[in-house]
Amino acid sequence: MLNPISVAFKKAKKENRPALLTYTVAGDSSKKQSLDILKSISKNADILEVGVPHNTPVADGSQIQTSAYRAIKNGIKVNDIFKIVKDFKKFDKNKPVILMGYYNMIFQYGENKFLNKCNLSGVNGLIVVDLPWPENKNFAKKCKKKSIYFIQLLSPTTTKIRLKKIIRDSHPMNYFISMLSTTGGKLKVSPKDILKNYTKIKKIDPKKEIVIGFGITEKTIGKLKSADGLVVGSAICKEISKSLKHRQNPVTNVSKLVKKLKNKIL
Amino acid sequence: MKLKKGIPVIDQGNKLGFWGGKFGGNFVPETLKKPIEDLEVLFNKLKKDKKFIKERDKYFKNWIGVPTRFIKLENLTKHVGGAQIWSKVVSDANGGAHKVYNATVHCLLAKRSGKKVIIGDTGAGYAGKMLSMAAKKFGLKCKIFMGAKDIARQQPNVKAMKKNGAEVVPVYSGSQTLVDAVSECMRFWVANCDTTAMCVGSTVGPAVFVRICGWSTSQISRELKVQLIDEFGSVPKKLKLYNCVGGGSSSFGFWNEFMDYDKKQCEFIGVEAGGPANSKKHAAPLTYGSKIGILHGAAQYVNQNSDGQIEETESISAGLDYPGISPLHCFLKDTKRARYTAASDEQALEAYKLVTKFEKLRPSLEPSHAFAVAISESKKLSKDTIVVVNSCGDAYKDRGILEKRLGKKYVKSN
Repeated sequence: MLNPISVAFKKAKKENRPALLTYTVAGDSSKKQSLDILKSISKNADILEVGVPHNTPVADGSQIQTSAYRAIKNGIKVNDIFKIVKDFKKFDKNKPVILMGYYNMIFQYGENKFLNKCNLSGVNGLIVVDLPWPENKNFAKKCKKKSIYFIQLLSPTTTKIRLKKIIRDSHPMNYFISMLSTTGGKLKVSPKDILKNYTKIKKIDPKKEIVIGFGITEKTIGKLKSADGLVVGSAICKEISKSLKHRQNPVTNVSKLVKKLKNKIL
Repeated sequence: MKLKKGIPVIDQGNKLGFWGGKFGGNFVPETLKKPIEDLEVLFNKLKKDKKFIKERDKYFKNWIGVPTRFIKLENLTKHVGGAQIWSKVVSDANGGAHKVYNATVHCLLAKRSGKKVIIGDTGAGYAGKMLSMAAKKFGLKCKIFMGAKDIARQQPNVKAMKKNGAEVVPVYSGSQTLVDAVSECMRFWVANCDTTAMCVGSTVGPAVFVRICGWSTSQISRELKVQLIDEFGSVPKKLKLYNCVGGGSSSFGFWNEFMDYDKKQCEFIGVEAGGPANSKKHAAPLTYGSKIGILHGAAQYVNQNSDGQIEETESISAGLDYPGISPLHCFLKDTKRARYTAASDEQALEAYKLVTKFEKLRPSLEPSHAFAVAISESKKLSKDTIVVVNSCGDAYKDRGILEKRLGKKYVKSN
């Protein structure tokens, strides 16, 4: 059976648009609310990235940090995250879900046990921010055995020779970091230049799907439409923080935002 | 797991940067892979380059003012009535602590790589103060990340950093201490690694930073070995080297030259921060059996919960208030080359009182932890045992805390 992640890309291609990937933190601002958010955005998002909050993140900007600290403060545990995914899959079983987080959480849980749990709850892919290639070779192999995509990150600092090696070892989906930044930074590179880099990477192996992330908002998403997929994370986390501050319902606000994002790439 | 003889410990890691196959490594975002690799290539080349070594030694001698003193604490020895207690007064170094060695080397490397800005983290403020001093000396712009809690409790060093022209960036996330400062500093580097050099303030972080720092602070034991031979004719038959351990930069540097000696002749004792008596929180992952985890790019023993969230620490000493520990010390612990124990806040304060009562020496709260254990163990040791404590920082920065905890008379001489 084809991984639902690949199915989602196929579907988006058929509609002549990039796939829309959303990132929300599991347990933000509560377990129930984060599940409700996933349910409410699944109509418009093609792939759902679910953040595993960690309290010493080395690559996240302030928006995602705020969401992560909020979730941890509200008591989210790794097992709760699997439960959220499982409950979501009961609601929409074909929607692909990717967990994104830091390696220590997987390491403490135990790699094999973590992957088994991923299978049981319906996780389709993993992004591990601080487990780069070649350190991730073994773990990526384990993922493959479990039919889970291990998604490699590529950055503007990744050298050409390294890009080739990473892509050679990679699974069908990779993630290109648009610029030198933590998540949610202001886009300091023009969309044109980002796409230029993207095209270079894409040429190495055109069959592999490449999504672009970091710094993408409602304003910029439309200009990056030619990519295989686009990830919006911090802008959504920011919307949750804003809603909470103004005592509004984050579920409806985030749902509206994702709908708007989708409209921009149609 | 085995320690090899004849090879510097900093070079005993495997291809991926793991000591003993499991400590250290490079758990970093993809963006940092290239800058870290560049730094590795540069450092591996320069540490074999005679001209670079000469340049380093010139600045160490003329600017840092090495060698620092090696003195006998006669009165304290008499009072304790056991082993001979000596001290390596590393706080003599320009700026008042061992952090100046690593800061200087990082600035020299930054200059070589053509970077104009250098950033760093700091806990007690010494790493930041020294980096700001060195940056000024070498004409680099400097930015220091420091937890908001530490900014409040280590004001003298904050003032010094600002005076040196550095920007001090307060970090409000998490426990607002060193652990958060290091995270924020790494995040800034992720976003600015094309123009900016990063200095990690201790023997922690991705493998190359552990190596650079250990290489830099090893100056301490190079000097000590010469001084011991000058004093005793040879390295003493019974030598015990006590050092506080937070991240582990001063202790590693204090021990490195003696690594190949049998531990029966030359024992290493690392003293971690046990935190307040009756508190469950501490900063002593080696003493209290913390599990291996990943923190700031390296695998190490680290205080964490069962989920892998890093736990908050508590210690009177900002410089030791760190949940993790250098991979080098994890390696030295598991190969049984060094022994680790902890002293509480109260024991450190008592030791500070005792040392300052008997000697013209004013160890900061960090080395006061080492003095606490050294003094208590010295009582039971023979008179021909040479105990050396690394007094790696000066208490000037702690005056606020000392006044509050011990009263005015303990800070008067400042």
